[in-house]
This record gives sequence, structure tokens and C-alpha cells, in this order.
Amino acid sequence: MSETKAAQRKITAPTPTPDTIEFWKAAEQGKLMLRRCSACQKTHWYPRPVCPHCFGDATEWFEAAGTGEIYTFSIMRRVPEPYAIAYVTLAEGPTMLTNIVGVDLNTIRIGQKVKLAWTPTEAGPPVPCFTLAD
Amino acid sequence: MTIKNKAFIAGAYEHPTRKAPDKSVAQLHAECARGALADAGLTKDDVDGYFCAGDAPGMGPFSMVEYMNLKVKHIDATDIGGSSYLMLVSHAAQAIAAGKCSVALITLAGRPRSEGAQGLGLRGFNPNQPEIQFEAPFGLVTANAYAMCAMRHMHEFGTTAEQLAWVKVAASHHAQWNEHAMLRDVVTVEDVVNSPMVTDPLHRLDCCVVSDGGGALIVVSPEIARSLKRPLVAVRGAGETVKHGMAGNIDLTYSGGRVSGPIAFAEAGITPKDIKYASIYDSFTITVVMQLEDIGFCEKGQGGKFVSDGNLISGVGKLPFNTDGGGLCNNHPANRGGITKVIEAVRQLRGEAHPKVQVPNCDLALAHGTGGLLGTKHGSATLILERL
Repeated sequence: MSETKAAQRKITAPTPTPDTIEFWKAAEQGKLMLRRCSACQKTHWYPRPVCPHCFGDATEWFEAAGTGEIYTFSIMRRVPEPYAIAYVTLAEGPTMLTNIVGVDLNTIRIGQKVKLAWTPTEAGPPVPCFTLAD
Repeated sequence: MTIKNKAFIAGAYEHPTRKAPDKSVAQLHAECARGALADAGLTKDDVDGYFCAGDAPGMGPFSMVEYMNLKVKHIDATDIGGSSYLMLVSHAAQAIAAGKCSVALITLAGRPRSEGAQGLGLRGFNPNQPEIQFEAPFGLVTANAYAMCAMRHMHEFGTTAEQLAWVKVAASHHAQWNEHAMLRDVVTVEDVVNSPMVTDPLHRLDCCVVSDGGGALIVVSPEIARSLKRPLVAVRGAGETVKHGMAGNIDLTYSGGRVSGPIAFAEAGITPKDIKYASIYDSFTITVVMQLEDIGFCEKGQGGKFVSDGNLISGVGKLPFNTDGGGLCNNHPANRGGITKVIEAVRQLRGEAHPKVQVPNCDLALAHGTGGLLGTKHGSATLILERL
């Protein structure tokens, strides 16, 4: 298959909620923030004030390394601007939904190492996408 | 307490329309209700319980109860997407067993085809839905959510596109006998894998149709069932759950069927080997493969092999499935295939399926569905029915 470029798809801006405003503020600074529970020490995704593991309320933000590995993906082709949706397992443990950008879509594979690639949205904060690490 | 044999499906009706530009959604609900009541030999005034999902026009049951001018003393509008209607049969049986009602009407209707839906649009935008901000920007739609499960399944278990295609091939073999089916041409594995790629690894023919239409069911108490002239179809067991992202511990290799299936089989007191016919929600071919594994028809990872070589074709394979052609070929009213899964299972148990696909001596049937997105969060509902 010939190369399929990741198009400059217009990305809908996220709609922050009161408990994620800090996440999206950090995104403007290029920082991917995760939420970890100081009681049970577990990190979760997506971020919530009440720990979804132990149900305690002692969760706190910390900055992720921004690296991970592709758990699965799909190339959406029946749209004007094809794109790669994926789950990436972060170095910190949790797996998050994202896009793989800046690569030939036909070369994406499960298990590839990836790193953060913040991608602008329409009138909102950038969203955490990933691109190949090497 | 169990619902085993405490309630019976006395009426079942599938609307024949597949495109209804000149009918309202409410009208389709009412026409389905009329059909199911006529099938049961009951009237509107006999209905004392009403069940629908959250997609019914008018915030659950309000508008439909008014539109049909029902007098009800029990209602339920729990929404788990397309699998709602399988679960609502169980909820109706629970209500009947508890004495809350004795004639429960369940309806579904919708017109996504007339309204131009392609199944490729972004889903649900309630800004209070906490995960939407972490999903919508990335273009999560129904098709690619299921496709990511298929991709992982292929990676972990070696499942192939050809194996997935066998699900569609089997559905098409059945649909050729259904005069109402949208797609009646028998297709081959090659046809499926050579059809245009929608979202890797799912091709166009791995995806279900978009159709208008609907269906309705009448669930009644044992006393009422025995007073009617229809074959006795008992609710023997049921299970339900919601499966989700588990706070980031994502595992897309299995569905909620792993929970709902064993609960239903335990209540029914049987095993998958006892099932003569299965209605399996076929939003996509991968949906069928994963659900069959999770319910226990084969080992995890062996679903691809299990569905191959016509094993799901009535009269050919070991597990006849979706003998109406299913969502892949027949219809998918309102983008919700749960009710048609129950309806075809009832036809099989009554011996009223098309003669070319009728399973001989079909006394135990299973209907199972996944509603929502297999790749993020979804409801699963399993129903085991028996002809007494």
C-alpha cells in the first residue's frame, strides 16, 4: 500500500470539567499530567479526584514521562482525512486513547515505542497525541 | 430468587420496513407494539408494564406511554445501547416474578437510514460525561472502536481477516431466504476481504447495515402465557453487566459477555453445549467472534477458528446463528440490534423461522448482545430461552 500521510485533521477542542482544568492548563505548557493516589500508590487514567482503585480522595497530579507503546490502533480510512486512532500504554502503566501522528499511517504497528506529540485543536488546548519514538 | 420460567415471551414482532422516510419514530414504536400484541393475541388494554431504552422519543418512557395511551403500573428505561432490549426482557421477567406487572411491552424503533446516519459520526456529547474530553478529540467513532479490538485480537491470537469474514458469509447464507433483508446476496470470504477498508482491519462487509425499523416484544406471566394460543417460550436465564476502561487497565481482548454469559447459564442450569440456536449481536464481524469466546462457545482466542468453514450456517455448522441474516445483512433498526436478536430466537423456538434456516427441534436458544462500544465501554446482556 502506498504511503498514507496523517492529514491535518481538524480536532475538536476538549471540553474540560472542573476536575480536569489543571490537566488542560498543563497541556498548554506541553506537560502530560497523570493522577496518582497517595494512599494506594496507583496511577489511573483518565484523571479523577476520587481514586477509582481504592476510592480514597488523596489523589494528586504528577507529570508523565510522555513515552509509551502502542497497545492497538486502527486507521480510519472512509473519511476525507484518514487518521490513526490508538491506545498507548504509558511508561507509568495506564493505557490511554490517542492519535498516532506525523508518520506514514501504513507503517503503524502494535508494540511500537512512541513519544508525546502535542497536537493543536480548534480554539482549545492541545491534545496529547503520540509519534514514533525513534 | 430466580426468573427461571417465571415469565414467557408471548409476542414478538419485527417491523418489515428498512427505510421509513414517511413515518415518525413514535409511529414506528406504535406499529411494532400493535404487531407484537396481535402476535400474542392480546390488546393494548392488557399491557400494564412498559419498557424501552433511553433513545425512545421523550426521555425514556414518557412520550411513548402517552403516544400509545397506555395505562401502566411498572416502567423501565435502562439504556445499555443496542443490547438494552435483551436486558429489558430480563428486567420485565423480574418485574413479573415480583408481581409488579403481568403483561410487559418492550418497544424499539428508529430511522437512522432516513436521517442520513453512516455510522461514522462522533458519538454522544453530554459535556458532563467525564471521559468525552479524552475520547472525542481523537475521532473515536463506533467503527474504529470495534476495529481496535479486532486489531488486538489478531495480534494476540493470530485471528485473520478471512476468519472474521466467515461471520458475514454465514449471515449472508441466511439472509438470502429473508424477503425483508437489506442484503440478500450470498457473499464469499473473498468478497468480504476485498471490499473497501473502512477502518483497519474492518472492511465494509465486516460492518452491519444502517436501517430504519424496529421491533416489539410481549413478556407475560406464566398464567397468561398458558391462556394464550402461542407456543410457550420461557425466559430461563439472564445476565448483564457493563465493561469499561478499568481506570486505564485496558484489556480489549474480551467483552462483558465474560460476566453476563456465565450468570445466564448458571441461572438456566445448562451449558453452551446445550444451545441449539444462538442470536449473537453482529454490529461487526469481530463482535461475534469475541462474544462467542466470552459466552463460552469456544476457548478465548479460538473464535476465529470456531466461526470458520461455515460453522455458523444453519444446516451446515454446529452453531446456527442469526438465521434472519442479522445486523450484517438483515437490519439494524435505530442502530440497535438487541431486539431483533430476541425476535429471531423466538421464531426458532416456535418453529416459525424460514424453513431453509429453521433448526430442527430447537428447544433451547441463546440471545446475546453488546451495546455501546466494544473498544471503550459497553453493556452486555445474555438471555437464555426455552420452548416448553
